[in-house]
Amino acid sequence: MPLVIGVPKETAAGEKRVATVPEVVEKLIKLGFAVAVESGAGDAANFSDDAYRAAGADVIDGAAALWAKSDIVLKVRGPSAEEVGLMKEGGTLVSFIWPAQNPELLQQLAAKKATVLAIDSLPRTLSRAQKMDALTSMASVAGYRAVIEAANAFGRFFNGQITAAGKIPPAKVFIAGAGVAGLAAIGTAVGLGAIVRANDTRAEVADQVVSLGGEFVKVDYEEEGSGGGGYAKVMSEGFQQAQREMYAKQAREVDIIITTALIPGKPAPRLITADMVKSMKPGSVIVDMAAEQGGNCELTEPGQAVVKHGVTIVGYTDLVSRLAKQSSTLYSNNLLRLTEELCKTQKVKGDGTIDVNMEDEAIRGLTVIKEGAITWPPPPKPAAPPPAAPKPAAAPVPAAKGHGHGAGAPASGMSAAILFGVAAALFWFIGANAPTAFLGHFTVFVLACFVGYMVVWNVTPALHTPLMSVTNAISSIIAIGALVQIAPPLLGGGRGEWG
Amino acid sequence: MSESLTTVAYLGATILFILSLGGLSNPESSRRGNLYGMVGMAIAVLATVFGPRVTAAGIPWIVAAMVVGGSIGLYAARTVKMTQMPELVAIMHSLVGLAACLVGFASYIDTSIVLSGAEKTIHEIEIYIGILIGAVTFSGSVIAFGKLSGRIGGKPLLLPARHMLNLAGLLVVIWFGREFIHAETVQAGMTPLIVMTVIALLFGIHMVMAIGGADMPVVVSMLNSYSGWAAAATGFMLSNDLLIVTGALVGSSGAILSYIMCRAMNRNFISVIAGGFGTGGGAPAAAAGDAQPAGEVVPISAVETAELLREAKHVIIVPGYGMAVAQAQHTVFEITTHLRGMGVNVRFGIHPVAGRMPGHMNVLLAEAKVPYDIVMEMDEINEDFPDTDVAMVIGANDIVNPAAQEDPASPIAGMPVLEVWKARTSVVMKRSMASGYAGVDNPLFYKDNNRMLFGDAKKMLDEVLVALKS
Repeated sequence: MPLVIGVPKETAAGEKRVATVPEVVEKLIKLGFAVAVESGAGDAANFSDDAYRAAGADVIDGAAALWAKSDIVLKVRGPSAEEVGLMKEGGTLVSFIWPAQNPELLQQLAAKKATVLAIDSLPRTLSRAQKMDALTSMASVAGYRAVIEAANAFGRFFNGQITAAGKIPPAKVFIAGAGVAGLAAIGTAVGLGAIVRANDTRAEVADQVVSLGGEFVKVDYEEEGSGGGGYAKVMSEGFQQAQREMYAKQAREVDIIITTALIPGKPAPRLITADMVKSMKPGSVIVDMAAEQGGNCELTEPGQAVVKHGVTIVGYTDLVSRLAKQSSTLYSNNLLRLTEELCKTQKVKGDGTIDVNMEDEAIRGLTVIKEGAITWPPPPKPAAPPPAAPKPAAAPVPAAKGHGHGAGAPASGMSAAILFGVAAALFWFIGANAPTAFLGHFTVFVLACFVGYMVVWNVTPALHTPLMSVTNAISSIIAIGALVQIAPPLLGGGRGEWG
Repeated sequence: MSESLTTVAYLGATILFILSLGGLSNPESSRRGNLYGMVGMAIAVLATVFGPRVTAAGIPWIVAAMVVGGSIGLYAARTVKMTQMPELVAIMHSLVGLAACLVGFASYIDTSIVLSGAEKTIHEIEIYIGILIGAVTFSGSVIAFGKLSGRIGGKPLLLPARHMLNLAGLLVVIWFGREFIHAETVQAGMTPLIVMTVIALLFGIHMVMAIGGADMPVVVSMLNSYSGWAAAATGFMLSNDLLIVTGALVGSSGAILSYIMCRAMNRNFISVIAGGFGTGGGAPAAAAGDAQPAGEVVPISAVETAELLREAKHVIIVPGYGMAVAQAQHTVFEITTHLRGMGVNVRFGIHPVAGRMPGHMNVLLAEAKVPYDIVMEMDEINEDFPDTDVAMVIGANDIVNPAAQEDPASPIAGMPVLEVWKARTSVVMKRSMASGYAGVDNPLFYKDNNRMLFGDAKKMLDEVLVALKS
């Protein structure tokens, strides 16, 4: 009897996403599960009940009926107290939980003897876990949408143009924080043709910024800002001072600021002060992606777009929901990958059961409640290896570069001297012993070797096969040796008739 | 034709041979280079036949032999497929080796040249060395042919104490060399000569048997080099400058090619010649097996591949031996043309040792009429992978193995590889999950951005092409 995966309609206000899209339903069924979807679950994200039906899902009216039927529930937002009440005893739930912020929810779920996988608790530094990383996929959707919102509120083109009506300068965009959302925003803004600058306290992201076509603006102060697990940390006072000056300067220059700065477990850092907003050109836009955590801008009002000092400050907290179809697709793919991981250790392939394998580092991190026992937070990992030093293995490669003229690396003085010594001794030996006739041939031989050496270094690698074929053909010159042997003139007066 | 005229003709032939090799320095002049070689060869043969060292008695024999040999050669060259080039080259090398051997014996028996003192000694040393090299070339090439054509398994055969065996063989050869030079009569000298030939033949077999399949390009070019040295040695024994020069040209060119191949695989030249790379493999491969690359293999269908390609802007195709085996180069070319027609930037990344022969992939792509300017060498294209949307690996394995850079314990550690995993997506076409010729597992297959397209390269590519066009 396969387990039933249930997808309820999201109940949180303004939430338009759905945890599973029809395309993924098909794949879940292929994995051996039965899928039930609450009627209207996908409406807000433009997935109709019919689409789900066509994909093989059972569409059920009413949340209560769905929850009662489902062994595994896939959701976007953490369940409300009401929803927890509907949940099957001993069922499994996969959704965002934020266990640190919601201890009561954890208790309620534990009382239900549930197994809960919090998609936000995934160990993100595990490269294998990236395919399940919903935080990343959601952040990149949000980053994209932030630029679109900015463009919407901004009164000009993003790209510079020269038209018959005159020259249009490109918009200048400054992006604070180059995490996943920041990078997505950089890519989108560059794609629209804007001049993009970005800053992050973690110096290592500079290359990523540049690779997307942005310009990395450094804070003129020496301090490394990498906290654990790829997140940023709180910086020193001196650094913050230098950073404020840099932000103030950028605020005067740019048209659009998008802030994405977050520090885990802390209120968002205040990067943009009211004074900076005042200094911006009228008509400028600020999109504050950290609005939910208090905002990076002093004047942000979470959930709203407001105009202050002539600057539109967008503080929407539902950027991801505003792109519901895209974010639902990505999120449900993340959940599909997670489900596949859960099926990996099942005894019979495709029997529609799951196994929460606590030995697996990724799954261990995700699991916040296992059969009613709270397992969050996961035990700390055995001392993480220090950030890998630049690999020595990478170094020797450049040596093989170009396939130069002359033999590879110049021999060291010592070995060259030895080589010349040996050659000199050999030549002396030959010169002292060999007859003149041989020396003539020997001279020719050595010179020919050098000619061959010089000529062949110029051959392009593409022609190595023809080179081999040609040398192969030429080496058949040995036929001449045979020719000479076939009927040599006999010395000492011809015995043969034609001699 | 007088002696001087012959010498001048030889000089002309020599110059033509050098020009011929020089002409290969770029594709445009390569055809001319080929022509030079042919003319040079014709001049050399004619000058010899009509020269003072050949009497009219030999002419019927020469004509008969040339007609037979020439027609066999012509037939072989006409019927051979591009994929069989390595085998053809190998078997031709063996003929050169055989010829050197036979000429050596003939020259020893030949009584037309009477020498004495130091000259005699030198002549005999020349004969001895000439036969030695010829025999090694002959048996080695035959084995290489067998391995390349699949008649002999690709796995390296490793006798216990093989280096000792080789060393012992060398000592015996040197000792018999002494015997040979001291031999008074031709009959007395024959025994050491034959013993040496047998040992040399065995050594040739042993040497190539001990070399793993992945090193075949090195072996082929090395045997090429040997055949050159054999010709040069024959030249010495016959006092023929043309043979010496040509042999030296071929020998040094083969040596350089081997050196380039070795460097491309980050392998020590000496250790390849002494036999038995392939195989540092045995133990370390097992060790690497413990550190099984984590992650899973994600398969992809031909239709999905076509979609990936259609949405890409920059595509790099990395062909390997699998493309040659499946004869997929024409389909690859069609896909390339189609994609280029859609404005996709398609290029080819060629690893120096892709295939079983130096430059193997270039020849196949050229045969399929892929333009030269989009076929890049490894060094030219490696830094472009991060900007590439799709890197398509067709039947290649070891040359795209990230373990070479990431895992110092890997047997192929340090070998330069094409960094396909840096592309946004890489698609690897392969018949199965079997490891490559070097016998090393490939962590690329387990990377998150890698997709596996299982199946015969030709069949899969045909499907991709159909999907692309639809």
